[in-house]
Amino acid sequence: MATDVATEALVVDLATESVRELNQRLHDQGVPHSVRILNPGGKHAIAVGIDQPLEVEIAGHVGYYCAGMNKHATVRVHGNAGVGVAENMMSGTVVVEGSASQSAGATARGGLLVVHGDASARCGISLKGADIVVRGSVGHLSAFMAQTGTLVVCGDAGEALGDSLYEARLYVRGSVAGLGADCVEKEMGDEHLQQLRELLELAGVDDVQAEDFRRYGSARQLYNFHIDNVGSY
Amino acid sequence: MCGIAGLYLKSEALQSQLGHHLSGMLEQLSDRGPDSAGAAFYRDPAPAGSSKVVLYSDDPGYDWRGLAAELGLAFGEVDGPAMRATHAVFVVDADAFEVEEWLNQRRPELRVMSAGTTIEIFKQEGLPKLLIERFGIERLDGTHALGHTRMATESRVTTQHSHPFSTGLDLCLVHNGSLSNHNRLRQKLRREGIRFMTDNDTEVAAGYLTWRMREGASLEQALEGCLDDLDGFYTFAVGTVDGFAVLRDPIACKPAVMAENDDWVAMASEYRAISVLPGAEDAETWEPEPGRVYSWTTARAVA
Repeated sequence: MATDVATEALVVDLATESVRELNQRLHDQGVPHSVRILNPGGKHAIAVGIDQPLEVEIAGHVGYYCAGMNKHATVRVHGNAGVGVAENMMSGTVVVEGSASQSAGATARGGLLVVHGDASARCGISLKGADIVVRGSVGHLSAFMAQTGTLVVCGDAGEALGDSLYEARLYVRGSVAGLGADCVEKEMGDEHLQQLRELLELAGVDDVQAEDFRRYGSARQLYNFHIDNVGSY
Repeated sequence: MCGIAGLYLKSEALQSQLGHHLSGMLEQLSDRGPDSAGAAFYRDPAPAGSSKVVLYSDDPGYDWRGLAAELGLAFGEVDGPAMRATHAVFVVDADAFEVEEWLNQRRPELRVMSAGTTIEIFKQEGLPKLLIERFGIERLDGTHALGHTRMATESRVTTQHSHPFSTGLDLCLVHNGSLSNHNRLRQKLRREGIRFMTDNDTEVAAGYLTWRMREGASLEQALEGCLDDLDGFYTFAVGTVDGFAVLRDPIACKPAVMAENDDWVAMASEYRAISVLPGAEDAETWEPEPGRVYSWTTARAVA
Protein backbone atom coordinates (compact mmCIF):
# COMPACT_ATOMS: atom_id res chain seq x y z
CA MET A 1 0.00 0.00 0.00
CA ALA A 2 1.24 3.46 -0.82
CA THR A 3 0.08 7.01 -0.53
CA ASP A 4 0.11 9.07 -3.68
CA VAL A 5 1.74 12.29 -2.53
CA ALA A 6 0.17 14.52 -5.19
CA THR A 7 -3.42 13.52 -4.38
CA GLU A 8 -2.94 12.21 -0.83
CA ALA A 9 -4.83 9.12 -1.93
CA LEU A 10 -4.20 5.66 -0.57
CA VAL A 11 -3.26 3.37 -3.44
CA VAL A 12 -3.76 -0.36 -3.02
CA ASP A 13 -2.56 -2.78 -5.70
CA LEU A 14 -4.45 -6.06 -5.49
CA ALA A 15 -1.84 -7.74 -7.69
CA THR A 16 0.42 -7.69 -4.63
CA GLU A 17 -1.89 -7.20 -1.65
CA SER A 18 -4.83 -9.25 -0.41
CA VAL A 19 -8.47 -8.20 -0.40
CA ARG A 20 -8.51 -8.85 3.34
CA GLU A 21 -5.69 -6.34 3.92
CA LEU A 22 -7.46 -3.83 1.69
CA ASN A 23 -10.78 -4.16 3.49
CA GLN A 24 -9.09 -3.87 6.88
CA ARG A 25 -7.52 -0.58 5.75
CA LEU A 26 -10.92 0.65 4.57
CA HIS A 27 -12.37 -0.16 8.00
CA ASP A 28 -9.51 1.48 9.94
CA GLN A 29 -9.84 4.98 11.37
CA GLY A 30 -7.60 7.64 9.84
CA VAL A 31 -7.40 6.13 6.37
CA PRO A 32 -6.99 8.82 3.65
CA HIS A 33 -10.32 10.12 2.37
CA SER A 34 -9.48 9.07 -1.15
CA VAL A 35 -8.59 5.46 -2.01
CA ARG A 36 -7.58 4.01 -5.36
CA ILE A 37 -7.61 0.25 -5.95
CA LEU A 38 -5.54 -1.18 -8.79
CA ASN A 39 -5.67 -4.61 -10.48
CA PRO A 40 -8.94 -5.84 -8.98
CA GLY A 41 -8.82 -8.80 -11.42
CA GLY A 42 -12.40 -9.88 -10.74
CA LYS A 43 -11.64 -10.68 -7.09
CA HIS A 44 -14.58 -11.09 -4.72
CA ALA A 45 -15.65 -8.93 -1.77
CA ILE A 46 -13.63 -5.84 -2.70
CA ALA A 47 -14.41 -2.75 -0.56
CA VAL A 48 -16.99 -4.55 1.55
CA GLY A 49 -18.32 -3.23 4.84
CA ILE A 50 -17.04 0.36 4.67
CA ASP A 51 -18.52 2.53 7.43
CA GLN A 52 -17.06 5.96 6.72
CA PRO A 53 -17.40 8.62 3.99
CA LEU A 54 -14.51 7.54 1.75
CA GLU A 55 -14.14 8.07 -1.99
CA VAL A 56 -13.07 4.72 -3.42
CA GLU A 57 -12.09 4.28 -7.08
CA ILE A 58 -11.57 0.77 -8.44
CA ALA A 59 -9.59 0.57 -11.68
CA GLY A 60 -10.99 -2.51 -13.41
CA HIS A 61 -13.51 -5.34 -13.18
CA VAL A 62 -14.61 -6.71 -9.80
CA GLY A 63 -16.03 -10.08 -8.71
CA TYR A 64 -18.86 -10.90 -6.31
CA TYR A 65 -20.34 -8.65 -3.59
CA CYS A 66 -18.26 -5.55 -4.33
CA ALA A 67 -19.13 -2.70 -1.93
CA GLY A 68 -21.53 -4.93 -0.04
CA MET A 69 -22.99 -3.45 3.17
CA ASN A 70 -21.61 -0.07 2.16
CA LYS A 71 -22.29 2.78 4.57
CA HIS A 72 -21.46 6.44 3.81
CA ALA A 73 -18.77 5.73 1.19
CA THR A 74 -18.81 6.43 -2.54
CA VAL A 75 -17.42 3.45 -4.45
CA ARG A 76 -16.87 3.73 -8.19
CA VAL A 77 -16.05 0.65 -10.29
CA HIS A 78 -14.32 1.51 -13.57
CA GLY A 79 -15.34 -1.77 -15.14
CA ASN A 80 -17.93 -4.53 -14.73
CA ALA A 81 -19.17 -5.97 -11.45
CA GLY A 82 -19.94 -9.60 -10.58
CA VAL A 83 -22.88 -11.00 -8.64
CA GLY A 84 -24.37 -8.94 -5.79
CA VAL A 85 -22.71 -5.55 -6.20
CA ALA A 86 -23.75 -3.23 -3.31
CA GLU A 87 -25.80 -6.00 -1.72
CA ASN A 88 -27.30 -4.86 1.54
CA MET A 89 -25.96 -1.32 1.06
CA MET A 90 -27.04 0.91 3.96
CA SER A 91 -26.14 4.36 2.58
CA GLY A 92 -23.64 6.09 0.31
CA THR A 93 -23.26 5.64 -3.43
CA VAL A 94 -21.99 2.79 -5.59
CA VAL A 95 -21.39 3.42 -9.29
CA VAL A 96 -20.59 0.72 -11.85
CA GLU A 97 -19.27 2.21 -15.09
CA GLY A 98 -19.75 -1.06 -16.96
CA SER A 99 -22.37 -3.75 -16.52
CA ALA A 100 -23.39 -5.63 -13.38
CA SER A 101 -24.13 -9.34 -12.99
CA GLN A 102 -27.09 -10.86 -11.13
CA SER A 103 -28.63 -9.59 -7.90
CA ALA A 104 -27.20 -6.07 -8.11
CA GLY A 105 -28.31 -4.09 -5.05
CA ALA A 106 -29.95 -7.13 -3.44
CA THR A 107 -31.65 -6.31 -0.11
CA ALA A 108 -30.07 -2.84 -0.12
CA ARG A 109 -31.57 -0.64 2.60
CA GLY A 110 -30.38 2.81 1.58
CA GLY A 111 -28.06 4.79 -0.65
CA LEU A 112 -27.85 4.91 -4.43
CA LEU A 113 -26.60 2.25 -6.86
CA VAL A 114 -25.96 3.39 -10.43
CA VAL A 115 -25.16 0.90 -13.20
CA HIS A 116 -24.17 2.59 -16.45
CA GLY A 117 -24.33 -0.61 -18.51
CA ASP A 118 -26.87 -3.39 -18.11
CA ALA A 119 -27.77 -5.18 -14.91
CA SER A 120 -28.60 -8.85 -15.10
CA ALA A 121 -31.32 -11.00 -13.52
CA ARG A 122 -32.73 -10.29 -10.05
CA CYS A 123 -31.58 -6.67 -9.96
CA GLY A 124 -32.87 -5.14 -6.71
CA ILE A 125 -34.18 -8.45 -5.37
CA SER A 126 -35.74 -7.94 -1.94
CA LEU A 127 -34.92 -4.24 -2.11
CA LYS A 128 -35.42 -2.61 1.29
CA GLY A 129 -35.08 1.12 0.69
CA ALA A 130 -32.18 1.89 -1.62
CA ASP A 131 -32.50 3.60 -5.00
CA ILE A 132 -31.14 1.82 -8.07
CA VAL A 133 -30.69 3.49 -11.46
CA VAL A 134 -29.73 1.28 -14.40
CA ARG A 135 -28.75 3.09 -17.58
CA GLY A 136 -29.23 -0.08 -19.67
CA SER A 137 -31.58 -3.03 -19.21
CA VAL A 138 -32.29 -5.48 -16.38
CA GLY A 139 -32.84 -9.24 -16.55
CA HIS A 140 -35.63 -11.46 -15.31
CA LEU A 141 -37.13 -11.35 -11.82
CA SER A 142 -35.84 -7.88 -11.09
CA ALA A 143 -37.25 -6.27 -7.92
CA PHE A 144 -38.56 -9.67 -6.80
CA MET A 145 -40.23 -9.15 -3.39
CA ALA A 146 -38.88 -5.61 -3.27
CA GLN A 147 -40.24 -3.98 -0.13
CA THR A 148 -39.42 -0.32 -0.47
CA GLY A 149 -37.03 1.86 -2.45
CA THR A 150 -36.88 2.57 -6.17
CA LEU A 151 -35.68 0.79 -9.29
CA VAL A 152 -35.22 2.96 -12.37
CA VAL A 153 -34.50 1.16 -15.65
CA CYS A 154 -33.68 3.34 -18.66
CA GLY A 155 -33.67 0.33 -21.00
CA ASP A 156 -35.86 -2.79 -20.94
CA ALA A 157 -36.89 -5.17 -18.16
CA GLY A 158 -36.90 -8.99 -18.44
CA GLU A 159 -39.58 -11.53 -17.47
CA ALA A 160 -41.47 -11.35 -14.17
CA LEU A 161 -40.63 -7.78 -13.22
CA GLY A 162 -41.64 -6.98 -9.65
CA ASP A 163 -42.92 -10.45 -8.80
CA SER A 164 -44.52 -10.51 -5.31
CA LEU A 165 -43.75 -6.84 -4.94
CA TYR A 166 -44.44 -4.87 -1.75
CA GLU A 167 -44.15 -1.08 -1.76
CA ALA A 168 -41.08 -0.45 -3.94
CA ARG A 169 -41.54 1.84 -6.96
CA LEU A 170 -40.41 0.66 -10.37
CA TYR A 171 -39.87 2.95 -13.36
CA VAL A 172 -39.06 1.46 -16.77
CA ARG A 173 -38.44 3.47 -19.93
CA GLY A 174 -38.30 0.60 -22.43
CA SER A 175 -40.27 -2.60 -22.84
CA VAL A 176 -41.18 -5.01 -20.06
CA ALA A 177 -41.04 -8.67 -21.13
CA GLY A 178 -43.60 -9.55 -18.46
CA LEU A 179 -44.91 -8.47 -15.08
CA GLY A 180 -44.61 -10.81 -12.11
CA ALA A 181 -47.41 -11.84 -9.77
CA ASP A 182 -49.17 -8.87 -8.19
CA CYS A 183 -47.16 -6.29 -10.16
CA VAL A 184 -49.22 -3.82 -12.20
CA GLU A 185 -48.68 -0.66 -14.17
CA LYS A 186 -49.66 2.45 -12.25
CA GLU A 187 -50.38 6.02 -13.15
CA MET A 188 -47.43 8.39 -13.31
CA GLY A 189 -48.27 11.41 -11.14
CA ASP A 190 -46.37 14.65 -10.62
CA GLU A 191 -44.90 13.27 -7.43
CA HIS A 192 -43.46 10.32 -9.39
CA LEU A 193 -42.10 12.45 -12.23
CA GLN A 194 -40.43 14.64 -9.65
CA GLN A 195 -38.85 11.66 -7.88
CA LEU A 196 -37.68 10.22 -11.19
CA ARG A 197 -36.10 13.50 -12.30
CA GLU A 198 -34.23 13.79 -9.03
CA LEU A 199 -32.92 10.24 -9.24
CA LEU A 200 -31.82 10.59 -12.88
CA GLU A 201 -29.99 13.79 -11.97
CA LEU A 202 -28.34 12.18 -8.96
CA ALA A 203 -27.24 9.30 -11.19
CA GLY A 204 -25.85 11.68 -13.79
CA VAL A 205 -28.21 10.44 -16.52
CA ASP A 206 -29.15 13.50 -18.57
CA ASP A 207 -30.12 12.11 -21.96
CA VAL A 208 -33.50 10.58 -21.09
CA GLN A 209 -36.79 12.25 -20.18
CA ALA A 210 -38.76 11.34 -17.07
CA GLU A 211 -41.94 11.57 -19.20
CA ASP A 212 -40.77 8.57 -21.28
CA PHE A 213 -40.95 6.17 -18.32
CA ARG A 214 -43.85 4.04 -17.10
CA ARG A 215 -44.43 3.25 -13.49
CA TYR A 216 -45.10 -0.18 -11.98
CA GLY A 217 -46.01 -1.16 -8.46
CA SER A 218 -47.83 -3.64 -6.27
CA ALA A 219 -51.50 -4.41 -6.79
CA ARG A 220 -51.49 -5.14 -3.03
CA GLN A 221 -53.45 -8.36 -3.45
CA LEU A 222 -50.75 -10.78 -2.34
CA TYR A 223 -49.79 -9.48 1.06
CA ASN A 224 -51.60 -8.05 4.05
CA PHE A 225 -51.41 -4.45 3.08
CA HIS A 226 -53.20 -2.07 5.43
CA ILE A 227 -53.53 1.59 4.49
CA ASP A 228 -53.06 2.67 8.13
CA ASN A 229 -49.56 1.22 8.06
CA VAL A 230 -48.48 2.77 4.75
CA GLY A 231 -45.80 4.84 6.46
CA SER A 232 -43.96 1.83 7.75
CA TYR A 233 -43.63 -0.17 4.51
CA MET B 1 -20.95 -25.10 -7.04
CA CYS B 2 -18.53 -25.96 -9.84
CA GLY B 3 -16.26 -23.96 -12.12
CA ILE B 4 -16.25 -23.95 -15.91
CA ALA B 5 -13.68 -22.50 -18.27
CA GLY B 6 -13.60 -22.44 -22.04
CA LEU B 7 -10.95 -20.89 -24.25
CA TYR B 8 -10.97 -20.69 -28.02
CA LEU B 9 -7.90 -19.18 -29.67
CA LYS B 10 -8.37 -17.05 -32.76
CA SER B 11 -4.68 -16.17 -32.86
CA GLU B 12 -2.44 -18.98 -34.14
CA ALA B 13 0.46 -17.39 -32.29
CA LEU B 14 -1.21 -18.23 -28.98
CA GLN B 15 -1.80 -21.91 -29.76
CA SER B 16 1.46 -23.05 -28.19
CA GLN B 17 0.29 -21.43 -24.91
CA LEU B 18 -3.21 -22.91 -24.78
CA GLY B 19 -2.36 -25.19 -21.86
CA HIS B 20 -0.69 -22.38 -19.96
CA HIS B 21 -3.72 -20.11 -20.29
CA LEU B 22 -6.27 -22.83 -19.49
CA SER B 23 -4.21 -23.76 -16.42
CA GLY B 24 -4.38 -20.17 -15.22
CA MET B 25 -8.15 -20.18 -15.67
CA LEU B 26 -8.56 -23.50 -13.81
CA GLU B 27 -6.47 -22.34 -10.85
CA GLN B 28 -8.72 -19.28 -10.49
CA LEU B 29 -11.68 -21.67 -10.27
CA SER B 30 -10.14 -23.85 -7.54
CA ASP B 31 -12.45 -22.45 -4.85
CA ARG B 32 -15.52 -23.29 -6.91
CA GLY B 33 -14.58 -26.95 -7.25
CA PRO B 34 -11.85 -28.53 -5.13
CA ASP B 35 -13.12 -32.15 -5.50
CA SER B 36 -11.93 -32.96 -9.01
CA ALA B 37 -10.68 -31.24 -12.10
CA GLY B 38 -10.60 -32.00 -15.78
CA ALA B 39 -9.82 -30.58 -19.18
CA ALA B 40 -10.54 -31.30 -22.82
CA PHE B 41 -7.96 -30.20 -25.37
CA TYR B 42 -8.42 -30.00 -29.11
CA ARG B 43 -4.93 -30.53 -30.49
CA ASP B 44 -2.63 -32.51 -32.71
CA PRO B 45 -5.19 -33.96 -35.18
CA ALA B 46 -4.84 -37.65 -36.07
CA PRO B 47 -3.91 -38.34 -39.73
CA ALA B 48 -6.82 -38.70 -42.16
CA GLY B 49 -8.54 -42.06 -41.72
CA SER B 50 -7.10 -42.49 -38.22
CA SER B 51 -8.69 -41.77 -34.89
CA LYS B 52 -7.50 -40.77 -31.44
CA VAL B 53 -8.73 -42.30 -28.19
CA VAL B 54 -7.84 -41.40 -24.60
CA LEU B 55 -8.19 -44.33 -22.18
CA TYR B 56 -8.19 -44.47 -18.41
CA SER B 57 -7.46 -47.36 -16.08
CA ASP B 58 -7.58 -47.24 -12.30
CA ASP B 59 -4.82 -49.90 -12.27
CA PRO B 60 -1.47 -48.06 -12.16
CA GLY B 61 0.29 -51.16 -13.51
CA TYR B 62 -2.03 -51.58 -16.48
CA ASP B 63 -0.39 -53.24 -19.49
CA TRP B 64 -0.76 -50.43 -22.03
CA ARG B 65 1.97 -51.85 -24.26
CA GLY B 66 0.10 -55.15 -24.44
CA LEU B 67 -3.02 -53.23 -25.43
CA ALA B 68 -1.05 -51.37 -28.12
CA ALA B 69 0.11 -54.71 -29.56
CA GLU B 70 -3.44 -56.07 -29.60
CA LEU B 71 -4.80 -52.90 -31.20
CA GLY B 72 -2.05 -53.25 -33.81
CA LEU B 73 -3.15 -56.80 -34.61
CA ALA B 74 -6.77 -55.70 -34.92
CA PHE B 75 -6.36 -52.42 -36.82
CA GLY B 76 -2.85 -52.20 -38.27
CA GLU B 77 -0.87 -49.10 -37.44
CA VAL B 78 -1.04 -47.83 -33.83
CA ASP B 79 0.71 -44.84 -32.31
CA GLY B 80 0.89 -45.00 -28.51
CA PRO B 81 0.53 -45.25 -25.68
CA ALA B 82 1.43 -41.60 -25.04
CA MET B 83 1.06 -41.59 -21.26
CA ARG B 84 -0.30 -38.71 -19.21
CA ALA B 85 -0.58 -39.82 -15.59
CA THR B 86 -3.34 -42.48 -15.49
CA HIS B 87 -4.45 -41.75 -19.05
CA ALA B 88 -3.10 -43.23 -22.28
CA VAL B 89 -3.48 -41.61 -25.70
CA PHE B 90 -3.58 -43.90 -28.76
CA VAL B 91 -3.82 -42.99 -32.44
CA VAL B 92 -5.25 -45.94 -34.35
CA ASP B 93 -5.55 -46.39 -38.12
CA ALA B 94 -9.30 -47.03 -38.02
CA ASP B 95 -12.65 -45.37 -37.55
CA ALA B 96 -13.21 -44.12 -33.98
CA PHE B 97 -16.56 -45.94 -33.67
CA GLU B 98 -14.90 -49.25 -34.55
CA VAL B 99 -12.08 -48.68 -32.07
CA GLU B 100 -14.52 -47.75 -29.31
CA GLU B 101 -16.69 -50.79 -30.04
CA TRP B 102 -13.63 -53.05 -30.00
CA LEU B 103 -12.51 -51.58 -26.67
CA ASN B 104 -15.96 -51.99 -25.15
CA GLN B 105 -16.01 -55.66 -26.18
CA ARG B 106 -12.42 -56.60 -25.46
CA ARG B 107 -11.38 -54.26 -22.65
CA PRO B 108 -14.53 -53.42 -20.67
CA GLU B 109 -12.35 -52.56 -17.65
CA LEU B 110 -11.07 -49.47 -19.48
CA ARG B 111 -12.91 -46.17 -19.62
CA VAL B 112 -12.83 -44.33 -22.93
CA MET B 113 -12.38 -40.73 -21.80
CA SER B 114 -12.62 -39.33 -25.30
CA ALA B 115 -12.67 -40.49 -28.91
CA GLY B 116 -12.44 -38.66 -32.19
CA THR B 117 -9.71 -37.08 -34.25
CA THR B 118 -8.44 -34.19 -32.13
CA ILE B 119 -10.04 -34.27 -28.66
CA GLU B 120 -8.07 -35.36 -25.57
CA ILE B 121 -9.87 -35.48 -22.19
CA PHE B 122 -7.89 -35.70 -18.95
CA LYS B 123 -9.50 -35.69 -15.51
CA GLN B 124 -9.04 -36.92 -11.97
CA GLU B 125 -9.91 -36.30 -8.32
CA GLY B 126 -8.29 -33.42 -6.49
CA LEU B 127 -7.47 -29.77 -7.02
CA PRO B 128 -6.83 -28.34 -10.49
CA LYS B 129 -3.23 -27.70 -9.42
CA LEU B 130 -2.73 -31.44 -9.10
CA LEU B 131 -4.25 -32.13 -12.51
CA ILE B 132 -2.07 -29.46 -14.10
CA GLU B 133 1.09 -30.92 -12.55
CA ARG B 134 0.40 -34.63 -13.09
CA PHE B 135 -0.87 -34.33 -16.66
CA GLY B 136 1.53 -31.59 -17.80
CA ILE B 137 -1.46 -29.43 -18.79
CA GLU B 138 0.67 -26.23 -18.86
CA ARG B 139 2.66 -27.51 -21.84
CA LEU B 140 -0.25 -28.64 -24.01
CA ASP B 141 -0.86 -26.76 -27.23
CA GLY B 142 -4.02 -26.70 -29.31
CA THR B 143 -6.75 -24.58 -30.83
CA HIS B 144 -9.26 -24.64 -27.99
CA ALA B 145 -9.91 -26.24 -24.63
CA LEU B 146 -12.54 -26.63 -21.94
CA GLY B 147 -11.92 -27.09 -18.23
CA HIS B 148 -13.92 -27.93 -15.15
CA THR B 149 -13.46 -27.85 -11.39
CA ARG B 150 -16.01 -29.94 -9.52
CA MET B 151 -17.77 -29.55 -6.20
CA ALA B 152 -19.84 -32.72 -6.14
CA THR B 153 -23.52 -32.55 -5.22
CA GLU B 154 -25.27 -35.36 -7.08
CA SER B 155 -22.86 -38.29 -7.04
CA ARG B 156 -19.51 -39.62 -5.83
CA VAL B 157 -16.11 -38.05 -6.25
CA THR B 158 -14.12 -40.29 -8.60
CA THR B 159 -12.22 -39.83 -11.83
CA GLN B 160 -15.13 -41.38 -13.71
CA HIS B 161 -17.60 -38.93 -12.15
CA SER B 162 -15.43 -35.95 -13.13
CA HIS B 163 -15.98 -33.62 -16.06
CA PRO B 164 -15.61 -33.18 -19.03
CA PHE B 165 -17.91 -35.98 -20.19
CA SER B 166 -17.54 -37.25 -23.72
CA THR B 167 -20.75 -36.78 -25.71
CA GLY B 168 -19.65 -38.41 -28.94
CA LEU B 169 -16.74 -38.11 -31.32
CA ASP B 170 -14.73 -34.94 -30.66
CA LEU B 171 -17.55 -33.68 -28.41
CA CYS B 172 -17.57 -33.08 -24.68
CA LEU B 173 -19.65 -31.40 -22.00
CA VAL B 174 -18.84 -29.55 -18.78
CA HIS B 175 -21.60 -28.54 -16.40
CA ASN B 176 -22.14 -26.26 -13.43
CA GLY B 177 -25.41 -27.04 -11.69
CA SER B 178 -27.52 -30.08 -10.93
CA LEU B 179 -30.22 -31.94 -12.84
CA SER B 180 -33.29 -33.28 -11.10
CA ASN B 181 -34.81 -35.53 -13.77
CA HIS B 182 -31.65 -37.47 -14.61
CA ASN B 183 -32.82 -40.88 -13.33
CA ARG B 184 -35.90 -41.06 -15.55
CA LEU B 185 -34.04 -39.60 -18.51
CA ARG B 186 -31.20 -42.11 -18.08
CA GLN B 187 -33.72 -44.97 -18.27
CA LYS B 188 -35.17 -43.55 -21.45
CA LEU B 189 -31.75 -43.01 -23.03
CA ARG B 190 -30.63 -46.54 -22.09
CA ARG B 191 -33.60 -47.85 -24.04
CA GLU B 192 -32.27 -45.81 -26.97
CA GLY B 193 -28.94 -47.61 -26.68
CA ILE B 194 -26.92 -44.88 -24.93
CA ARG B 195 -24.36 -46.35 -22.50
CA PHE B 196 -23.78 -44.89 -19.04
CA MET B 197 -20.82 -45.65 -16.79
CA THR B 198 -21.88 -43.76 -13.64
CA ASP B 199 -24.93 -42.46 -11.75
CA ASN B 200 -23.82 -38.89 -12.46
CA ASP B 201 -26.39 -36.31 -13.60
CA THR B 202 -24.08 -34.57 -16.07
CA GLU B 203 -23.34 -37.83 -17.83
CA VAL B 204 -27.08 -37.99 -18.57
CA ALA B 205 -26.99 -34.54 -20.16
CA ALA B 206 -23.99 -35.69 -22.21
CA GLY B 207 -25.89 -38.85 -23.19
CA TYR B 208 -28.92 -36.74 -24.12
CA LEU B 209 -26.82 -34.60 -26.49
CA THR B 210 -25.23 -37.74 -27.99
CA TRP B 211 -28.69 -39.25 -28.59
CA ARG B 212 -30.18 -36.10 -30.13
CA MET B 213 -27.26 -35.66 -32.50
CA ARG B 214 -27.33 -39.36 -33.39
CA GLU B 215 -30.96 -38.82 -34.40
CA GLY B 216 -29.92 -36.02 -36.73
CA ALA B 217 -30.11 -32.87 -34.62
CA SER B 218 -27.41 -30.22 -34.99
CA LEU B 219 -25.49 -29.28 -31.84
CA GLU B 220 -27.56 -26.09 -31.59
CA GLN B 221 -30.82 -28.06 -31.92
CA ALA B 222 -29.69 -30.61 -29.36
CA LEU B 223 -28.84 -27.82 -26.92
CA GLU B 224 -32.18 -26.14 -27.51
CA GLY B 225 -33.79 -29.51 -26.71
CA CYS B 226 -32.17 -29.32 -23.26
CA LEU B 227 -34.42 -26.36 -22.46
CA ASP B 228 -37.48 -28.63 -22.79
CA ASP B 229 -36.14 -32.00 -21.68
CA LEU B 230 -33.78 -31.24 -18.79
CA ASP B 231 -35.10 -30.21 -15.40
CA GLY B 232 -32.69 -28.48 -13.06
CA PHE B 233 -29.95 -25.90 -13.00
CA TYR B 234 -27.22 -25.71 -15.54
CA THR B 235 -24.63 -23.69 -17.28
CA PHE B 236 -23.22 -25.96 -20.00
CA ALA B 237 -20.17 -25.56 -22.15
CA VAL B 238 -19.85 -28.01 -25.04
CA GLY B 239 -16.59 -28.54 -26.89
CA THR B 240 -16.75 -29.39 -30.60
CA VAL B 241 -14.04 -30.26 -33.11
CA ASP B 242 -13.84 -26.65 -34.26
CA GLY B 243 -15.22 -24.53 -31.43
CA PHE B 244 -17.46 -24.46 -28.41
CA ALA B 245 -21.03 -23.65 -27.39
CA VAL B 246 -22.60 -22.30 -24.19
CA LEU B 247 -26.11 -22.66 -22.77
CA ARG B 248 -27.61 -21.50 -19.46
CA ASP B 249 -30.94 -22.73 -18.11
CA PRO B 250 -33.82 -20.24 -18.38
CA ILE B 251 -33.73 -19.37 -14.66
CA ALA B 252 -29.96 -18.73 -14.84
CA CYS B 253 -29.15 -19.82 -11.30
CA LYS B 254 -25.58 -20.60 -12.27
CA PRO B 255 -23.17 -17.88 -13.30
CA ALA B 256 -21.42 -17.42 -16.63
CA VAL B 257 -19.40 -14.66 -18.18
CA MET B 258 -17.98 -14.42 -21.67
CA ALA B 259 -15.29 -12.25 -23.19
CA GLU B 260 -13.81 -11.78 -26.62
CA ASN B 261 -10.99 -9.87 -28.24
CA ASP B 262 -9.02 -10.21 -31.49
CA ASP B 263 -6.99 -13.12 -30.11
CA TRP B 264 -9.49 -15.30 -28.23
CA VAL B 265 -13.02 -16.06 -27.06
CA ALA B 266 -13.40 -17.19 -23.47
CA MET B 267 -16.18 -18.26 -21.13
CA ALA B 268 -15.96 -18.92 -17.43
CA SER B 269 -18.07 -19.20 -14.31
CA GLU B 270 -16.47 -16.05 -12.97
CA TYR B 271 -14.63 -13.13 -14.49
CA ARG B 272 -11.53 -13.73 -12.36
CA ALA B 273 -10.82 -16.82 -14.49
CA ILE B 274 -10.86 -14.64 -17.60
CA SER B 275 -8.80 -11.89 -15.96
CA VAL B 276 -5.63 -14.02 -16.29
CA LEU B 277 -5.82 -14.02 -20.12
CA PRO B 278 -3.69 -11.59 -22.14
CA GLY B 279 -5.62 -8.37 -22.82
CA ALA B 280 -8.60 -9.42 -20.68
CA GLU B 281 -9.06 -5.99 -19.14
CA ASP B 282 -9.92 -4.47 -22.51
CA ALA B 283 -11.80 -7.43 -24.01
CA GLU B 284 -15.51 -7.10 -24.71
CA THR B 285 -17.11 -8.79 -21.71
CA TRP B 286 -20.74 -9.81 -21.23
CA GLU B 287 -23.04 -12.20 -19.46
CA PRO B 288 -24.70 -14.79 -21.71
CA GLU B 289 -28.49 -14.54 -21.62
CA PRO B 290 -30.45 -17.40 -20.09
CA GLY B 291 -32.00 -19.97 -22.40
CA ARG B 292 -29.98 -18.91 -25.44
CA VAL B 293 -27.41 -21.00 -27.33
CA TYR B 294 -24.11 -19.27 -28.04
CA SER B 295 -21.61 -20.99 -30.31
CA TRP B 296 -18.23 -20.36 -31.87
CA THR B 297 -16.55 -22.25 -34.67
CA THR B 298 -13.42 -21.68 -36.70
CA ALA B 299 -15.44 -20.58 -39.69
CA ARG B 300 -17.79 -18.17 -37.98
CA ALA B 301 -18.68 -16.54 -34.70
CA VAL B 302 -22.41 -16.81 -34.05
CA ALA B 303 -23.92 -15.32 -30.94
